Amino acid sequence: MSVVDVSALIGPYPFRHIPHPEPETLVQVLDREQIDAAWVGHLPSAFYRNPREGNLALYRDLAPFRSRLHPVPAVRPDWPGWRVEFARAVDAGAPAVRAYPVHWGLGTGSPPLRFLAQACAEHSVTLVLTVRFEDARQRHSIDVAVDLPAATIREVARARTGARIVVVAAGRSLIEEVHWGLTPTERALVWYDTSWIWGPPEDDFAHLLRTVGAARFVYGTGWPMRLAQVTRANLALLPHDLSAPALADPMSWLP
Amino acid sequence: MTAPVAPLAGPGPLIDVHAHFYQHGSGRATWQALNASRLAAGDRIGVTWHVGSILGTWGATSPTYFQSPADTVTGNDAMMAMQAAEPERVRAWAAVNPNDSEFALAELERCRRQGAIGIKLAAARRASDPVLDPLMRYAREHHLPVLHHVWQGRQGPVVAGQDPSDATALCNLAARHPDVSIVLAHIGGGGDWSGTLAEVPNVPNVYLDLSGSGVDRGMLDQALDAVGPGRLVWGADLTLDTGLAKLWALDIIGLAAADREAIRWRTAARLFPAGAFPGLAA
Repeated sequence: MSVVDVSALIGPYPFRHIPHPEPETLVQVLDREQIDAAWVGHLPSAFYRNPREGNLALYRDLAPFRSRLHPVPAVRPDWPGWRVEFARAVDAGAPAVRAYPVHWGLGTGSPPLRFLAQACAEHSVTLVLTVRFEDARQRHSIDVAVDLPAATIREVARARTGARIVVVAAGRSLIEEVHWGLTPTERALVWYDTSWIWGPPEDDFAHLLRTVGAARFVYGTGWPMRLAQVTRANLALLPHDLSAPALADPMSWLP
Repeated sequence: MTAPVAPLAGPGPLIDVHAHFYQHGSGRATWQALNASRLAAGDRIGVTWHVGSILGTWGATSPTYFQSPADTVTGNDAMMAMQAAEPERVRAWAAVNPNDSEFALAELERCRRQGAIGIKLAAARRASDPVLDPLMRYAREHHLPVLHHVWQGRQGPVVAGQDPSDATALCNLAARHPDVSIVLAHIGGGGDWSGTLAEVPNVPNVYLDLSGSGVDRGMLDQALDAVGPGRLVWGADLTLDTGLAKLWALDIIGLAAADREAIRWRTAARLFPAGAFPGLAA
């Protein structure tokens, strides 16, 4: 089974300096962390009203590294012509697209999000939803986007589109709110990355593996915002009965 | 016979200057499991000493950051019992609410006589307030470091349930008491750590603990730039996984072995009273 980081990004962050957010550095990090590949988004695009130019930059910057770095462009489904952007992602072989409902003012139950999920399902493209980039306690005064509400995720998952959804940068409470708020059929299409789940002594990660199950989790680092070592540390500190959990392999979802 | 497992953080001493434990009155049925989990994870990481505190009843019978005298006593009693039960890996901070100076000083003396090796102050009074001064004089008299909870922020933070200090307030305290070593808590613990790093370079008796759930890339590099390795001390606070990740990050950013050693334990050992960590000589 391959190890794939589903929550990597490239590019600068508008509210603080991030050291070396370039694809060349990301490849070195993957080597160091023994990660086979990464699904890579374009960090500034989350803050663009129209992510098109950011997506073009993403395709261009990842082109030399396409064997390991897979583009995950942003598609804003309330923007005119979004289906063109989505089609470009499909044509580029993107395994997933990213959406940022809070940053784009898309509330819970937003029809455009449902339409995007529908398009994802029709083309076997995963929908990546980001809960947060930074801890709420440290955000810049003009960064007023709240954490993605669990209700928004539940509504997308309940829309019966058949889309696969990966939620990144979620903690235990949000994961449990979403997971236990869905039917077993709906749950089976939602995964969570490991980048923001606490280990010991609270042992949130161990608890979730025991209750929600390892199959609902995918490897994620949150690089370049966060130290890529966190998930490796969390895995290393699992109790012995949970060591080497069989996380889901997102590359197995590709058509 | 099973071969010993190498510590995840590599060989050598490692002091967690910012540990917390729980007690029966904490309002959490799993308090013993939480304590056991911390020690077990610490063993796997290679933590040699956990220097811990218990903040009263963690809000069960008085607010975490505004502990009543009774809760202060039960929390410290439980922490001292923890130290007594784990004499080879646990040391205690005495945690007090400074608002009642007379009580706080008596509690510090009681805990020190039982073996507490430092003073933990949280957020019951801002560090810039002279109400803290008697406690700081006590710290100097007994060569006790002070671990002070800090909300990393630049503009006088307002936080529900706390009178939090930011780096400005803490540096004010440090300037008033230059002979006391003050550990500025958890630069990864929330708030604007970059503002903190800009505040502390010229305040030599302020040390930064690296603990907290925050693992922002750039934080460690900028902390090193701000104060150098000699004023950074490792800790984990409530998340040992992020503590381990930071140790691994420190291993790859080009630090000299002596600098890594300073951050892992040597500087911490120097801050505490002589003999606080048997077998470790700073």
